[in-house]
Amino acid sequence: MPTGGPIRIVVCIKQVPKAQELQVDPKTQTLKRVGVPSEINPPDANALEFALRIKDDMPAEIVVLSMGPTSFDESLERAIAMGADRAVLLTDRILGGSDTVPTAHALSETIAKIGGYDLILCGEETTDASTGHVGPGIAGHLAIPQVTYISEMRIVDGKVRARRTAEDGSEWWETAMPCLLTVNFGCNRPREPTLSGKIRVKRGGVIVHWSCADVGIDPNKVGLRNSPTIVAKVDTVHLPPRARKLFQGEAREVVAQLLKALVEDGVIAP
Amino acid sequence: MTEIHHNALEGKSHFAGIWVFLEGRKGSLRDVSVQLIGEGRRLADRRGVPLTGVLPGHDVEALARHAIGYGLDRVVVVDHPLLEIYRSRPFTKVMATLIIRHKPEIVLYGASKNGRDLGGRLHAVLETGLAADCVKFDLDDDGNLDMIRPSFGGKSLAHILCKQHRPQMASARRNVFLAPRHDPSRQGAIVHEAVEISDADLDAKLLEFTEFVREGGARPDEAGIVVSGGYGLGDPKNFGMLQELADLLGGAVAASRKAVDSGWIPKEFQVGQTGMTVRPKVYFAIGISGAVQHLAGMQESGKIVAINIDPKAAIFEIADYGIVGNLFQIVPEMIQQLKELKARPAKTVEAVATIR
Ligand SMILES: Cc1cc2nc3c(=O)[nH]c(=O)nc-3n(C[C@H](O)[C@H](O)[C@H](O)COP(=O)(O)OP(=O)(O)OC[C@H]3O[C@@H](n4cnc5c(N)ncnc54)[C@H](O)[C@@H]3O)c2cc1C
Ligand SMILES: Nc1ncnc2c1ncn2[C@@H]1O[C@H](COP(=O)(O)O)[C@@H](O)[C@H]1O
Repeated sequence: MPTGGPIRIVVCIKQVPKAQELQVDPKTQTLKRVGVPSEINPPDANALEFALRIKDDMPAEIVVLSMGPTSFDESLERAIAMGADRAVLLTDRILGGSDTVPTAHALSETIAKIGGYDLILCGEETTDASTGHVGPGIAGHLAIPQVTYISEMRIVDGKVRARRTAEDGSEWWETAMPCLLTVNFGCNRPREPTLSGKIRVKRGGVIVHWSCADVGIDPNKVGLRNSPTIVAKVDTVHLPPRARKLFQGEAREVVAQLLKALVEDGVIAP
Repeated sequence: MTEIHHNALEGKSHFAGIWVFLEGRKGSLRDVSVQLIGEGRRLADRRGVPLTGVLPGHDVEALARHAIGYGLDRVVVVDHPLLEIYRSRPFTKVMATLIIRHKPEIVLYGASKNGRDLGGRLHAVLETGLAADCVKFDLDDDGNLDMIRPSFGGKSLAHILCKQHRPQMASARRNVFLAPRHDPSRQGAIVHEAVEISDADLDAKLLEFTEFVREGGARPDEAGIVVSGGYGLGDPKNFGMLQELADLLGGAVAASRKAVDSGWIPKEFQVGQTGMTVRPKVYFAIGISGAVQHLAGMQESGKIVAINIDPKAAIFEIADYGIVGNLFQIVPEMIQQLKELKARPAKTVEAVATIR
């Protein structure tokens, strides 16, 4: 509960390969991941933007947290340059192969170690694992309220109000802090890094690396070995081949050609 | 604020039976819940175990009876005023308590927002596996549930196994499993279970609910022809033009997420990974760039038509027919020609096509 001082916001961000650049290798039939540029998981950037907007309005400290290899520093640096105060990278070989259970466990332990948090923000889901389970998992471990799939939020009288989009409608929820929210992709426009932010990155000292031992994470709770699920195999999806026929020319002509083709295919009535 | 923590690893062999989490909505079941009952029935018959529906709610006895007709052997009802609407903490508590009490080997959820919200919290406190957004289930030689889900925007399918932990949990995508027929004469048991819930479990308050309203028209997931609009439309009013086109074709309007996020059209019209899956005979992608998350929801359509001003748009790669051009010229022209076709059937197609 905030007691007048700055509120502490932890934003969980993951670095992911840019989805649009992922291609299936025609030879090996697996995804080519090497050489693919990375980015902050897009909804996590929206989560960070919410944190930054809170900080625009009231005293707040923003800690970005990520779990992964040291290459994730690139995204943490970007988050700092955008305006986050400091970053923690939980990085340890024994974390490799963790599914959502150890990931939620390790992140919640790390958040507990950071301590003093009022608000935890996650993205709705990652573009590489796309489960959306890690955020609610962290909230479950920390036994704090959660509101998922939010598109708007504000802090009113020390409480969080957030608008959640469900299938049937939009819901405004109110909850006390500390709480965890998962943020919808595209609900705001993440700001660009600033020059002063970049300078702070350059000066150094804003990103710390913690190992499992540093946090006190039980090695028997994380990693591939302690993940309930395994990926037994991956099948390439063989989509129906597409004609990829392009019609070019005047609007009247191309539309006539298109309609003729669809009628001939028997998919629209003549 | 104690919450149940439980390592499900112990005594895997004590776990038996298949459960389906039933999501009620306005006195009926959400469609994904009905679809899941059908798939659960198939798996339960193969495993030779009973199929149980779990329905937390308030005054849901009649709904529980109705649910049996879709193929359940029994429904576990937890009735409490605080369960009237979906809330993360009380629902997690109910499911965790019941799972620890009865030890099902498989628990299935609909991959709705609530299903994912619940499953995500629950699997962490139970420390068991949860596969998201499955599109197919199978059983391996050892009787483990093979949970099959798209990965990387549907470019591949991953087989997920949860071999050591129980229960094996998964959420299923909407509209991939067929809804079973309802048999009102089917017999099944209603079992009332008590789970202690108090105001202390009420950690969030619903202040306001605004229902999305659908303004008539066919549902995209049921239509043979889908006319889908994206950010290229530039303005919500241009969906009117797409509706006119859809009406002429006897189809339904849908949208990309960016059009939805811009507030141009309600969320329930969104196609894609975080929207619905459609498989119409023809899918028109108009002013849609073709992001993997969009393709995930429409790439199994019969024919795909793309209209985009950018010849390099990714959507053209999976289109059967593409028109590189300005939608504001192409769409009105289509409307015009379809009207002409309607007025003078049969001959017009050739007549128009031969204008060169
Ligand atoms: C976690 C996550 C989940 C997502 N889930 C979904 C999902 O379920 N569904 C979904 O659709 N997206 C989803 N997305 C978003 C997706 O990545 C894209 O951002 C989105 O699909 C883009 O929508 P669009 O094609 O309408 O817009 P844009 O990418 O902006 O494309 C607009 C297109 O319109 C064309 N255009 C502009 N003007 C004209 C004109 N006058 N005539 C013709 N063409 C024109 C442009 O050339 C462009 O190709 C998700 C993203 C994330 C990160
Ligand atoms: N390795 C990670 N490091 C930091 N945050 C993560 C990590 N994995 C997942 N998250 C957070 O959890 C959200 C949901 O992820 P997922 O369940 O993988 O779809 C993401 O949007 C992030 O906010």
